[in-house]
Amino acid sequence: MKGLLPDLDLVRKDFPILERTFDGGETPLVYLDSANTSQKPQIVIDTMVDHLERHNANIARAMHHLGAEATEAFEGARDTVARFLGAPERDEVIFTKNASEGLNLVANTVPLAEGDVVVTTEMEHHSNIVPWQLATQRAGATLKWFGLTDSGDLDLSNIDELITPATKIVALTWVSNMLGTINPIAEIARKAHEVGALVVVDAAQAAPVLPIDLASMAEEERPDFLVFTGHKVVGPTGIGVLWGRRAALEALPPFLGGGEMIATVTMEKSTYAPIPHKFEAGTPPIAEAVGLGAALEYLMHVGMENVHAHEQAITAYALERLATVPGVTVLGPADAAKRGGAISFELDGVHPHDVAQVLDSKGVAIRAGHHCAKPAHQRFGVQASNRMSSYLYTTPAEIDALVEGLEYVRTFFKLDK
Amino acid sequence: MTAANLESMYQEIILDHYKNPHGKGLRDPFEAEVHHVNPTCGDEITLRLHVTGGKIEDISYDALGCSISQASASVLNDLVVGKTVDEAMVIHEEFLRLMQGKGQVEPDEDILEDGIAFAGVAKFPARIKCALLSWMAWKDAAAKTVAEEN
Ligand SMILES: Cc1ncc(COP(=O)(O)O)c(C=O)c1O
Repeated sequence: MKGLLPDLDLVRKDFPILERTFDGGETPLVYLDSANTSQKPQIVIDTMVDHLERHNANIARAMHHLGAEATEAFEGARDTVARFLGAPERDEVIFTKNASEGLNLVANTVPLAEGDVVVTTEMEHHSNIVPWQLATQRAGATLKWFGLTDSGDLDLSNIDELITPATKIVALTWVSNMLGTINPIAEIARKAHEVGALVVVDAAQAAPVLPIDLASMAEEERPDFLVFTGHKVVGPTGIGVLWGRRAALEALPPFLGGGEMIATVTMEKSTYAPIPHKFEAGTPPIAEAVGLGAALEYLMHVGMENVHAHEQAITAYALERLATVPGVTVLGPADAAKRGGAISFELDGVHPHDVAQVLDSKGVAIRAGHHCAKPAHQRFGVQASNRMSSYLYTTPAEIDALVEGLEYVRTFFKLDK
Repeated sequence: MTAANLESMYQEIILDHYKNPHGKGLRDPFEAEVHHVNPTCGDEITLRLHVTGGKIEDISYDALGCSISQASASVLNDLVVGKTVDEAMVIHEEFLRLMQGKGQVEPDEDILEDGIAFAGVAKFPARIKCALLSWMAWKDAAAKTVAEEN
């Protein structure tokens, strides 16, 4: 199959959990829930253990060997993130606890006034909707959104009504976690920048699969802020990233106050540290940041171009195979080239929970529910869906196992009888 | 989960109730109407309760969700319509005890009838909320009617 990682067998060996079996060894794990959280390669696990075993100390304030080592490891991870994103400057990389916190940071600090407009889309994860609802409600501003076409793309037909001089923020996902759609963020950023709006991109599903090079993007097309989450890029939980253009970050007031984010403090007032530390109050998740650094090094070693090609090959194969199962309807774009690694689908006559439960008895792990994208589900008139999501360790044989599992679901629930 | 576990969760009784739910649909008259959602999976139920003189005359409902939540609403309807609110509370308690018993509780068949089929579900923490959705909605509606009668 064209596009598959040539060393797929070796890649799989890097992920110890993929050896898991159930039912006393009879049922191998088929992990198709990577858009929910990805599995971790041994190097990430080992790097975190090594950090805790040998280098653990608080950062930036401990005047001893270990303090220096821990600080170096933490700041080294920031350099790695900057390289992974192609960030124009390493100090533009802020560590957060996940993507949600990055989005909340921006939504809580960006100035909004009555009459201002924030634009988002109907395909967002709840974490790129709710913070903006809260922010606009607080400010007396208005929240608007791009709708979706029947094929699962953004409906840009009314872009001139949505993006106007009143628009201060355009917040959108690069890749949809439900529909898989890859959005034209460059085109939308260009339009938003014409009216002076800030562009916030949720890259939680894009960072795992798309090569990103912020510095090489035309400035008008580059987002002002971009977030992603560590646990979906083969890193640990508890760590995420907010990247922001220096001037855009500097214009924001601090989000959380506390240790490490100050320049000086008196009882009357404080001055703040320069970025990135201005936005990193308190002791950060140090071992997690170091683990994220190892994760991104791993992905860059495999090569994000190769990861992307693998993802597309698997997605194309999955779309083709799912089409052979009676009663299966795939939501979102039909063309694998326009998709990330998540495929949501319905199986006529069986609720997604029941599908997922029966697949689980065969070792096949998928997600069932609304995937934190209720509005997108509502748009397509479905209450819940099944979602399979692949990653760099997914094999065509695992897609076959899913399809076989779905046939079994149909038998189990006596469809066609 | 093994095939045997799967069979124990999806008892024939549950699948029958799922395919042919008893008492489904919203009807008048009613004294209380509630809407409950399971936030993790999005299952929803709108439930109406009609009580006269402490006796449950009707439970009508409109629900979206998996086989477990649908079948459970159907069983609820079977078990409590025609009972007094107090009797129904006893049944509710027994169902709750079964569902929260981690699969270790021996259910009282005299009280739960078809409801004992949910014993297998109790072993799956992720699905307990599905089974309890309609029961929680019913309890909420009952509390409202009682509050109103007083
Ligand atoms: C598109 C998208 N945005 C945001 C998030 C939130 O990520 P986290 O829960 O790690 O903050 C997710 C993951 O669930 C996602 O898929």
